Amino acid sequence: MKKVTVAVALRESILDPQGVAVKGGLVQLGFVGVEEVRIGKRIELLVADETTDAMIHEMCQKLLVNTVMEDYRFDVEEVTTA
Amino acid sequence: MKFAVIVFPGSNCDLDMYHAVKDALGEEAEYVFHTETSLEGYDGVLLPGGFSYGDYLRCGAIAQFSPIMEEVKRFAAEGKTVLGVCNGFQILVEAGLLPGVLHRNTGLKFMCRTVELKVENNETRFTSDYAAQETITIPIAHGEGNYYCDDATYAMLQTNRQIAFTYTDNPNGSRGDIAGITNKAGNVLGMMPHPERAVELLTGGTDGLKLFTSLVKQGAHHVKTTV
Repeated sequence: MKKVTVAVALRESILDPQGVAVKGGLVQLGFVGVEEVRIGKRIELLVADETTDAMIHEMCQKLLVNTVMEDYRFDVEEVTTA
Repeated sequence: MKFAVIVFPGSNCDLDMYHAVKDALGEEAEYVFHTETSLEGYDGVLLPGGFSYGDYLRCGAIAQFSPIMEEVKRFAAEGKTVLGVCNGFQILVEAGLLPGVLHRNTGLKFMCRTVELKVENNETRFTSDYAAQETITIPIAHGEGNYYCDDATYAMLQTNRQIAFTYTDNPNGSRGDIAGITNKAGNVLGMMPHPERAVELLTGGTDGLKLFTSLVKQGAHHVKTTV
């Protein structure tokens, strides 16, 4: 099996109001130098070994990510089953 | 005219939509469950508001895979009337029937109040009973109504006169104050405000009713010309 971790975030060009609010919180807590906060989501998939990167891209583009407003990247990790 | 009100798991404005068509408008309406696969015999499809599939992943993202949605796409491709309100609008953009996307309101809050809209294009089948540039009062109730599209899409919306309604005082950060858009052919409309909640004086106003009366007039005209 392979473990796929997809990181989804709003595209750079789009204002992330959640991130702005959280940044305000960090600043209020006294953390200086916080330039920007952007909030996204992480999706973990456990897939068959035959799953290609192209198939993962397709999964992302057809459902997991709305590419009109979101960017994504993913990491693939081999999982050894006992 | 006979309207289908699509019911997804988590729809919560389906009764309002049904009531608006049946009682305020006096036309036929039926509920069509998301598992059904035919829209045979209907003249218009209404996708109501709510939180279909709990808004999991993204608003409207899962609903687009409901069995009925293939039929809604076919229905729309035939040039028949499809209206999506609130979550219905979100489903239409996720399904690719309308361009752009709806994301979190800039203020992060769920906004539930009455807003003023401007009818930007009264030459659509949804807006013909409104005057050009008429301002109307319609309720909104959404947390993810912030319309976004890229520059090229926005230019296309303007060129094709696809922007049907704008907010006079933008409540959610939508690009170009957009409250509702049609597809290029003009037979699919998505809007965040709820016209079906503004059809009776008892509940605060009737400014939404003209949207439905416009449809009926256009529908009647359509029937006459095709006979």
